[in-house]
Amino acid sequence: MANATTISVPAPTFGAALMRAIKSFGLLRESWVGMIGAGLVFFWVIVALLAPLIAPFEPNAHLQPFARPGTAFAQGGTFWLGTDNTGRDILSRLIWGSRTVLFYAPLAALTAYTVGILMGVAAGYMRGWVDDVLSRVADIILSFPVLVLYIIIIATVGASGLNIIIAITFASAPGVMRIVRGLVLDLRNRDYVAAAQTRGEPAWRIMLVEILPNARGPLIVDACLRLGYVIITIGVLGFLGLGLPPPDPDWGGMVNETRQMAIAFPHMTLFPCIAISSLILGFNLLADGLREISLRD
Amino acid sequence: MADSRDEPVLEIKDLNLSYYTRAGEIPAVIDFSLEVMKGETIGLVGESGCGKSTVAMAIMQYMGSNGGIKSGSIKFKGRDLNKMSDEELRRLRGAEISMIYQEPFAALNPSLTIGTQLMEVPITHEHIPEPAAYDRAVQMLSDVKLPDPERVMAAYPHQVSGGQQQRVVIAMALLSQPSLLLLDEPTTALDVTVEAGIVKLIADISRKYGTSQIYISHNLGLILETCDRVFVMYSGEVVEEGTINSLFTWPKHPYTHGLFGCIPLPTADKNAAPLKPIRGQLPLPHERPRGCNFGPRCDFFEGGRCDDKNIAMTSVTGSGATDHRVRCLRWQEIDYGKQVAHGEVKPPMEVGEKVLEINNMQKYYEIHDRSIAALIAGKTVKLVKANEAIDFDARRGETVAIVGESGCGKSTFAKVLMGLETATSGVVRHEGNDISQIAVRQRDTKQIGSLQMVFQSPSDTLNPSHTVGNQIGRVIKKFGVESDKAKIRERVLKLLDVVKLPRDFYFRRPRQLSGGQKQRVGIARAFAGNPSMVIADEPVSALDVSVAAAVTELLMEIQREHKTTLLFISHDLSVVRYLADSIVVMYLGQIMERGSTEEIFSPPYHPYTEALLSAVPIADPEVTKREIVLEGNLPSVMNPPAGCPFVTRCPRKLGKVCEDERPPVQMAADGHAIACHIPLEELRKIESVIKVPQLDERIHVKGTKETATVD
Repeated sequence: MANATTISVPAPTFGAALMRAIKSFGLLRESWVGMIGAGLVFFWVIVALLAPLIAPFEPNAHLQPFARPGTAFAQGGTFWLGTDNTGRDILSRLIWGSRTVLFYAPLAALTAYTVGILMGVAAGYMRGWVDDVLSRVADIILSFPVLVLYIIIIATVGASGLNIIIAITFASAPGVMRIVRGLVLDLRNRDYVAAAQTRGEPAWRIMLVEILPNARGPLIVDACLRLGYVIITIGVLGFLGLGLPPPDPDWGGMVNETRQMAIAFPHMTLFPCIAISSLILGFNLLADGLREISLRD
Repeated sequence: MADSRDEPVLEIKDLNLSYYTRAGEIPAVIDFSLEVMKGETIGLVGESGCGKSTVAMAIMQYMGSNGGIKSGSIKFKGRDLNKMSDEELRRLRGAEISMIYQEPFAALNPSLTIGTQLMEVPITHEHIPEPAAYDRAVQMLSDVKLPDPERVMAAYPHQVSGGQQQRVVIAMALLSQPSLLLLDEPTTALDVTVEAGIVKLIADISRKYGTSQIYISHNLGLILETCDRVFVMYSGEVVEEGTINSLFTWPKHPYTHGLFGCIPLPTADKNAAPLKPIRGQLPLPHERPRGCNFGPRCDFFEGGRCDDKNIAMTSVTGSGATDHRVRCLRWQEIDYGKQVAHGEVKPPMEVGEKVLEINNMQKYYEIHDRSIAALIAGKTVKLVKANEAIDFDARRGETVAIVGESGCGKSTFAKVLMGLETATSGVVRHEGNDISQIAVRQRDTKQIGSLQMVFQSPSDTLNPSHTVGNQIGRVIKKFGVESDKAKIRERVLKLLDVVKLPRDFYFRRPRQLSGGQKQRVGIARAFAGNPSMVIADEPVSALDVSVAAAVTELLMEIQREHKTTLLFISHDLSVVRYLADSIVVMYLGQIMERGSTEEIFSPPYHPYTEALLSAVPIADPEVTKREIVLEGNLPSVMNPPAGCPFVTRCPRKLGKVCEDERPPVQMAADGHAIACHIPLEELRKIESVIKVPQLDERIHVKGTKETATVD
């Protein structure tokens, strides 16, 4: 059984890690739901990256008010999705707006996760008063209706990109914490945790190196779902006028600005809504696909 | 036993079962034939993945969406089960064929009373009125020897103990008076003394009701105690079948023979007659070799012949064998000699100075009761005495076993030693330092490194997120054995050699390893810091027989080399007898008896030790045991008896003195202590529980002589 020849141990490189990531992404091909989701998300990512190249018009330029979809512009080009009441091209605004949402949503989700994971791991592993305090804080935050919470926070600190991230982190971190805490409560009783304890590892190392990596499966799935919720939230904040200050394009804001004209000019609200739902659907289907794969093995 | 031999209850012919997966078709069971007569108990024995449970599922026609019967027939009382409609099968299942699963708690619905669940069986299948069903259920509960059946009827499953739950499940299976009972590892989740009661019950059932049974187990000893005929399965095939006596006395297939070399029978000894593990590993179902599946692991393999084509079952004749078939081409040529297979003889270990001294160690847990009733009564704090007055020593190079059933406090004791808990009082001296009050975070690296642990569950012992190399390397770095990266790596590779794993396992992640391999890595990790003492908490109880033997041998080999003191925690007395130098028997947090292995296994016994010895199944038909079945349940640790903890189940109870007073510790010999009220002179008169015949009295020895003269 034993082979006595010495073998060289290559250091783990970034290339190898990348290869592994690509390989595990290949697994997604076996779930068509996941593939559709990944396709939708990927589509919007490409759109956001290429915005300056593919947007037909300047997003904030007032060109020709109330143009229906497909109207040709006198100075060249076509308003494929029409224009809004102030004459801005909807397609261009959608394309540029995807940048906003794809920048702030992942960032907000990331901060919410960082805070939620730290709280959850600490509460689940340390138990006792740490758990009591953190769990009660989370309960209090969760007991507020989310919308009210957002309005209170944004109204207090003002509408800006950073404040959106703060508000979302504040509102979502307790939910993440509960999930992490539940996972940790199970994982902390594993023998490998006891093995780490019996060799005198410090608590932070046990929490972050021994326990946390093993909770990643359910957390990745949850992150995809939560990213969807964050996009809804950003849309809602925009709709309520609590999103990014105008005139920069923001999907929720676009719906808000044109909603009074929705009956006469449905295209003004319809296309931003389709954009929001397609991206959310993409993240949800991706989450379903990931869950399907994780259950299979 | 069988009144009508011509009419089998169940007849399986040339059955082939397959699972269909992403990787393609995987044959799970190949060429399986079986006949079960009325009142007969058939044993199916084999290691995990050999297809024994798949057979049971096929009989129930319950293979799941990805499994299927490829060819062959399963006839139940002459009717082909494969051709029945779902409706017909539904009427058959639970009424004529019943199944009992491993986990009794999962088999009972926690939200219905036991009575409701039991009465449902005759009401559904026979449409009898409720009062009649109630009477039948009560009668059946008393038949399975449950005390106070009326109370059990009204109880919910969680209100009765695990052993009682399994009795309820058995009662439920028997209620419709099935002709065939399938038992899939029915006692694996239970304690040894509870298991003994269930095994006796199962054996009585076929006698009383004439029920035919198929008993699935990995434990040859249990099969011997319950069955009439046995089928040994390996990698999807039956490799040998025969009556219990024939197969256990004259095993013909090299695999069966190898299995006997892997189990610590009373004749095995760690120095004079060590276990002989089967080399290699079970082949994966889609990687089975040509010809004999056991070929690559067989010592008698003959190239060109054994790997030529599929091998059929042939009847064994001669040497007293009856009704015995084997799937081996060379069974007539192989001479196993007169002895069971044994490994190399090794000199006994020299025992050195005291490494561990434990004096009157106590560990109490405080349970805070915040109920209003407790507040009014003023009893908000309850003490759970997990360990009470633990007292023993261990010397360098010695193996000390701590034996006891669940809840006896053996794991708490390990936690105190490791510093995960601190003792309530008493002294625990390891290499001269009292560590009873020092938690692991306060211990210095040298102290931590010199006291390490091997854990029980192979699936849990390694962190699934890190490679094997990283996990062992971390220990080496942590304990400061080496600090240079290259040197750490070199040492990890050397440790992999020591535990006989290939060096490229360095990069593997735990999910790519089998259970036995994970346990080997766990051992490597424990020995990485050159410990003076290792605590092994049931390190092999979750492993298959042949793998367990290899891991046990490995553990002892490393111990021998490093002169490590081994504290072996186990519930299995046969393993303990094999490897321990001295034994501590615990019950409900207290030491009942301690002494050398020889002293524990021969009178005078503590009555609990006596019952434990009787409860352990032994896979040798010529070893005779005195049957002691304990009545009653293990009391809760929360509420132990005031006097002797064993008083509620003790068959030798004297009377009031046992209930009220702590038993005195009597010294039967130097180092042999028994905590019991019964005077030593009385205990000395007790007969030995296990009788092992001398080698020359053995049937198979005589048998081979006879056939030798006949031939």
